[in-house]
Amino acid sequence: MDKATKKVLVDPLHVQNPITLQVLGICSALAVTTKVETALVMSAALTFVLVLSNVSISLLRNKIPGSVRIITQLSIIASLVVVADQLLQAFLFDVAKEISVFVTLIITNCIVMGRAEAFAMQNPPGKSALDGLSNSLGYSWVLIAVGLFRELLGSGKILNYTVFEASADGGWYVSNGLMVLSPSAFFLIGLIIWVQRALSPEMNEED
Amino acid sequence: MAPLRNLLDKVAPLFEEGGKWEKLYPLYEAADSFLYTPGKRTEGAVHVRDGMDIKRLMVTVVIALMPCTIWAMINTGWQQMLADPAHAEAVSLGLKSSWMTALSLGAWAFLPVYAVTIAVGGALEGVFATVRKHEINEGFLVTSMLFPLTLPPDLPLWMVGVGIAFGVVIGKEIFGGTGMNVLNPALTGRIFLFFAYPSYMSGSVWRILPAEGAVDGVTGATALGDLVGHGDVSQLGYTWADYFYGLVPGSMGETSALCCLLGAAFLIFTKVGSWRIMLSSLLGLCGMTLLLNALSGSGSTEAIRGYLAIGPEWHFVLGGFAFGAVFMATDPVSAAQTDTGRWIYGALIGALTPLVRVINPAYPEGVMLAIIFMNVFAPTIDYYVVKSNIKRREARLGVQ
Repeated sequence: MDKATKKVLVDPLHVQNPITLQVLGICSALAVTTKVETALVMSAALTFVLVLSNVSISLLRNKIPGSVRIITQLSIIASLVVVADQLLQAFLFDVAKEISVFVTLIITNCIVMGRAEAFAMQNPPGKSALDGLSNSLGYSWVLIAVGLFRELLGSGKILNYTVFEASADGGWYVSNGLMVLSPSAFFLIGLIIWVQRALSPEMNEED
Repeated sequence: MAPLRNLLDKVAPLFEEGGKWEKLYPLYEAADSFLYTPGKRTEGAVHVRDGMDIKRLMVTVVIALMPCTIWAMINTGWQQMLADPAHAEAVSLGLKSSWMTALSLGAWAFLPVYAVTIAVGGALEGVFATVRKHEINEGFLVTSMLFPLTLPPDLPLWMVGVGIAFGVVIGKEIFGGTGMNVLNPALTGRIFLFFAYPSYMSGSVWRILPAEGAVDGVTGATALGDLVGHGDVSQLGYTWADYFYGLVPGSMGETSALCCLLGAAFLIFTKVGSWRIMLSSLLGLCGMTLLLNALSGSGSTEAIRGYLAIGPEWHFVLGGFAFGAVFMATDPVSAAQTDTGRWIYGALIGALTPLVRVINPAYPEGVMLAIIFMNVFAPTIDYYVVKSNIKRREARLGVQ
């Protein structure tokens, strides 16, 4: 693997992470991370949309006129989002009911638009697919990490499997009510950013 | 005191550059400057130095908190005695003759909370100071005093530790330590506990501690929780004077408006606390309460109409308003810095408090939320005050 490909693959996971460095896609990161399950499904939906949109836009990149490129990208992304949403409703109806509104909002997710505009418009399909995949992974690991902490600390469970017996059910663990509220995702993402920047000081902006 | 000084001087080389424990210098520096005035001289261009350094400022606040702290112990103990049949005899003698018993019982409740606060918060301060190579600041003396006073006495000690850890790390250290924090660290810790463990922190809270051989601890709603339900001060079971002197159940340090006023007088006399903030929050409280009184006919139920009609003198003594306005809102770091800004900042704290209490039944107490909210706005208020000042001066000079 040459250096440029490796950069495309690795950077979005850490030093160019779409959530913690570029601070994109934050609204879904707050809304769907109360449980690991919803975070996983949301991550899968975004991965599906982002990889396919990057590939399709990259295939069409030489045919799309510059003056209407944004609306063209949007209609491709919107079509893919509808497909993803319909798939979820068909096969994962329970979860889809909870997060459907956020799945449809992937259309406006800045990560998808950002990658299309910044990467897929300039690069061949293979590379674009790789870029879409690595950005989805960067998004997914943050979402799943936040969901893991929120579900564990908020209700003592992971993927509905009881880890800490909650005091409401007669156990010892007193559930942390803040973790169920959206602001806790802000704190957790903030702490992840803190750890990342402590590990890689090059992520810090210059004063 | 000479032996202590000698000891500190003797171990000093160990902590200074090149010493064995060079990395732990902040810890040494904290112990040294806590006990003695730092021996550093001003270098470079001459400038005036005031004796009023952070240490003296913070110690003044701690002294101002003394009436509240002592009363916290007496009242906590007294409430426990009232509910525990084992103390019926002492109770019948009245608080005047059995206050020593109350004080010792209350100290037994307060001091563990205080000790946990100091241990957890102090350890985190030490870690951050060592890693980030800044000095440990006396500001934590005030934070660690304020935080336990805002808590109900039967809060599990591990929650106290979690709360102060959140307050110190998220409220202060991530912004860069004392002087850089946007929010009041003690309140940040309390607000974390409030949202994380609401059943322990608000509404139906403690009446007494579990006593041996007696009942398992009695819980009951505090005044503000009760008022949401019926909106009638005559049903509270206590008189206005009880709330003013603080002979009522509640979070440990906030029950007595009188002790807060004593602290306020001391802070204003020593010019440590801003009288503008205290006065304007009182005025804001009165203004908003009178407005609510005027609207009291529009409530949909009897309870809401009753609550809307409660006068400012009640809002002043109920809950933590006096404590918050005197000790929390005046925090010199997180409050507004300009004089005009302080008037606006204080008035809005005062106005928001009864608004949250009366209009939003989910949050019986509003003063904590009001102060944190205005902490966030303080820099914006200052910015516009400074801007408008510049504009006025430019207009006067005809620059524009």
